[in-house]
Amino acid sequence: MHHLLPLLVAVPLLGAALLAAGGRLVPRFVAQSTACAVAAGTAALAVLLLTHSSPPLTEWVGGWEPVAGHSVGIALTGDGPGLGMAALVSVLTLAALAYAWRSFDEPPHGHAGAFPALVLVFQAGMCGFATAGDLFNAFVWFELMSVVAYALTGHRVEEARAVQGALAFAVVNSLGAYALLMGIALLYARTGELALTEIGGALDAHGPPDALVLAGFVLVLTGLLVKAAAVPFQFWLPDAHAVAPTPVCMLLSGVMVELGVFGVWRVYDTVFSGPGGLPAADLARVLTVLGALTAALGAVMCWHQRHIKRLLAYSTIAHTGLFLLGIGTLTPEGDDGVALYVVGHAGVKAALFACVGILLDRYGSVDEHVLHGRARPLRSVGVMVVAGALGLAGLPPFGTALGKSVAEEAVGGPLTALYVLASAVTAAAVLRVAARVFLGLGPTPEDAGGASGADAYETTGSGEEPETRQRLSRVPDTMTAVPALLLAGALAAGAVPAFGNAVARAMSEATTAGLVHTSVHWTPVGVGLGLQSTALAVALASVAVARPGLLAVPDRTLPLRRLQSGHIGDYVAWLLLGTAVLGALALPGILSG
Amino acid sequence: MTALTHVLPYLVAAWVFLAGCYGLATSRNLIHAVGCLSVCQAATYVLLLAVGYRDGATAPVFSDLAPGSRPVVDPVVQALALTDVVVGATVTALLLALVVQVAKRHGTVDPDELSELRG
Amino acid sequence: MSPRMRLWLVATGGAGLAALLVAACLDLPRFGGDRHPYGDQAVEASLSRHTANTVASVTFDQRAFDTLGEMSILFAAVLGSVVLLRQTRDEHRARPEPAAVSRPVRRYALLVLPVALLTGLYVVAHGQVSPGGGFQGGVVAATALHLLYLGADYRALERVRPIAPYEAGDALAASAYLVTGLAALLAGSAFLANTLLPYGTFNTLASAGTVPLLNAAIGMEVACAVVVLLAGFLDQAVEIVDEGEHDDGEYHDDPRQRGK
Repeated sequence: MHHLLPLLVAVPLLGAALLAAGGRLVPRFVAQSTACAVAAGTAALAVLLLTHSSPPLTEWVGGWEPVAGHSVGIALTGDGPGLGMAALVSVLTLAALAYAWRSFDEPPHGHAGAFPALVLVFQAGMCGFATAGDLFNAFVWFELMSVVAYALTGHRVEEARAVQGALAFAVVNSLGAYALLMGIALLYARTGELALTEIGGALDAHGPPDALVLAGFVLVLTGLLVKAAAVPFQFWLPDAHAVAPTPVCMLLSGVMVELGVFGVWRVYDTVFSGPGGLPAADLARVLTVLGALTAALGAVMCWHQRHIKRLLAYSTIAHTGLFLLGIGTLTPEGDDGVALYVVGHAGVKAALFACVGILLDRYGSVDEHVLHGRARPLRSVGVMVVAGALGLAGLPPFGTALGKSVAEEAVGGPLTALYVLASAVTAAAVLRVAARVFLGLGPTPEDAGGASGADAYETTGSGEEPETRQRLSRVPDTMTAVPALLLAGALAAGAVPAFGNAVARAMSEATTAGLVHTSVHWTPVGVGLGLQSTALAVALASVAVARPGLLAVPDRTLPLRRLQSGHIGDYVAWLLLGTAVLGALALPGILSG
Repeated sequence: MTALTHVLPYLVAAWVFLAGCYGLATSRNLIHAVGCLSVCQAATYVLLLAVGYRDGATAPVFSDLAPGSRPVVDPVVQALALTDVVVGATVTALLLALVVQVAKRHGTVDPDELSELRG
Repeated sequence: MSPRMRLWLVATGGAGLAALLVAACLDLPRFGGDRHPYGDQAVEASLSRHTANTVASVTFDQRAFDTLGEMSILFAAVLGSVVLLRQTRDEHRARPEPAAVSRPVRRYALLVLPVALLTGLYVVAHGQVSPGGGFQGGVVAATALHLLYLGADYRALERVRPIAPYEAGDALAASAYLVTGLAALLAGSAFLANTLLPYGTFNTLASAGTVPLLNAAIGMEVACAVVVLLAGFLDQAVEIVDEGEHDDGEYHDDPRQRGK
């Protein structure tokens, strides 16, 4: 069975190669259905492998099995978390391709295979990263998914914003990737190994951690946290997500960013968790500080957006912060909660992006003020947006709610309050949008014409071009079915009791070889917290819609807004500062060790 | 003196990386910025190859060398550097393609004048 | 953020990172040290499979899965550049003008072209025995074609490199690499295992098992990819013009004056 692991990469790549070769010869329908079939086949393979992942699978590509404990080949790890991410990636890719079937209609004309082929390569990169058991191999797949993501983000080259956002994305992420590679080189110099577990073992054999281990840790984490969009590495994300085509946003927000968090978890667990690595208290400090800042900043900025895609992008930042807080507990409960939360969040967030894509293609705008009351006819889409918002808030029995409640109990103390607040504020922002756009509640905003004040430091959502050839008069069934199914999936992740326990078992197999077993279930406290954040979200949204003046304090958030300047130099400066901060936060353990 | 030569190549790599970052942060031209990113990447080549070096060693190719007759440098880092070079070239190509489009859509390649996305 | 503020930020962050990197460098094993466990094993493994160029053995045998990813990155960049550098709705293609080339340049370019092409193929074919291989040779072969641009003009280059077949060639070469890997899996071994062919005689062209096959696939992929990538940029520079400039009429016949 373990010999099939490399196919998670090979199958989508082969599909992409065939589409690229024949894409100019076949009609769009053939290209689309081929891509969907390949993505679905890969998803089936991932699920099949997942059912055989206890005990975890290990594959040495090329048959280079270790001799006397050492191998010159590349290891793949097929454990529950890795294969689970691969399955999530594949399902979401299939959803994005199905959504794009009738909606995404962009040139190059005469090359029907180009877009689906790029999406399949994206899938291959993400699956490769999720199953990588070798640090350099992980870097290669990390770069592959980055490169494809840049091209997909800038796909609509006729839009000034799209190319600017893609460029910022590409520069910041590439710099992060080079930092990651510097870290790999340092670790290789010390250990002479590249496989994750081998590096960890060699570090432990060398003795207590020193500056070299710290630098390796900081540089590797910089690369992964840039991808995970943690503060202060997060600036690229709103710029990229606001401009990427909708099906691409579904993948970027739903899984790519989360793979950064997954990478942090994987690398710490296999490389740095031993006595020669980094003390647990240091990682906990790093993740707690960055996670809390990320959650707070994401929630505040999310609330103050009128460009709906940008609003969703900030909500992704807020939730990534919550994920980092969860894995920062370094407890099995925290890991279980985050794993479930990621699954639920992927479904909810992708569904919300899909719904906003419908607005864009129908009305040619994603601006909350411009769209005020205009989407009344799209009742079913409105219902889905509200359902998605409730999912973000963590209303039981969504998968997000179960994952969040488990993680909330694991973090404890004031961080639990941050969990409740951050999820409530992001949900409230989406509810506010739904009330205004789909129901036309509240007074019509003064700037509904699309023009904002000359000195307003913000990005409006008007002036965005639809992704279809002309504005839709009728919404195709695929565009509404995809978000509906995604929401149903997110709901099932929490409502089916066996699912939570399966996730917990997979996590425990991967981390403690099944020795420490936790069970995931609804608790009265968890349900209570979920209801509390939902109630808070509804209350905030109601006030914002009924009395817009009451909660609008743009002056006080202006300094925060000014940081998001769209300037590449600023983003790079923040990245450097973030690397230094990471080093400072992790330093105490090295000094005392 | 010897103590310095034992770490000098590594320090060069660190210096090159930081110089690239400085150029990237203060750049007034996007094409120049893409160049600076390549400088950052050049640091990874220097570091990888420095890590794999062995005193008095030659290239790890045995077409004109009897195996075992001379020490050879680490072939693994060379393969990693080769991968790195390809990655760098493709990233640079994509970035320049994006800069071409930025120049067309915004009419400028000065990052200070791009003001479409903020807040 | 003001430039001054940004500079402070860079100085603070850079100082912190510099301190970290210098401290790490002082802890690294000394430059030129003798301990390279992975490298030593890689050399052994390479010799056991009759591969004289150990770097080729690492790239196409021991860590061939990395090379699959690397090749995919190039493949993705080609697709990406086709998408990003396409002709948009407000642009049209101007026919490139024939350009005058001085006679020595023309003679030299046309003389060197076949030599360079052959050199590229040689470097690809000898990847398993001497420094070089698919990546290096592919680039040499692709740039050889562009000597036509120097020696004749853009139209001559376009005649020898229609983009669509090169794009297809790139994709087919990528498929060939994948199919070689899958064949090993179907033959009962692991994905990308070097078990399909005999290892042959050390230091000859027919050695190292499937390494020459993978080398050839990469050589073709890289050559096609570089051609398509360069074509994207050259088209932007030479052929693709704004509609506005077309209406203007003045610049129509001289794309070199674009943007003036």
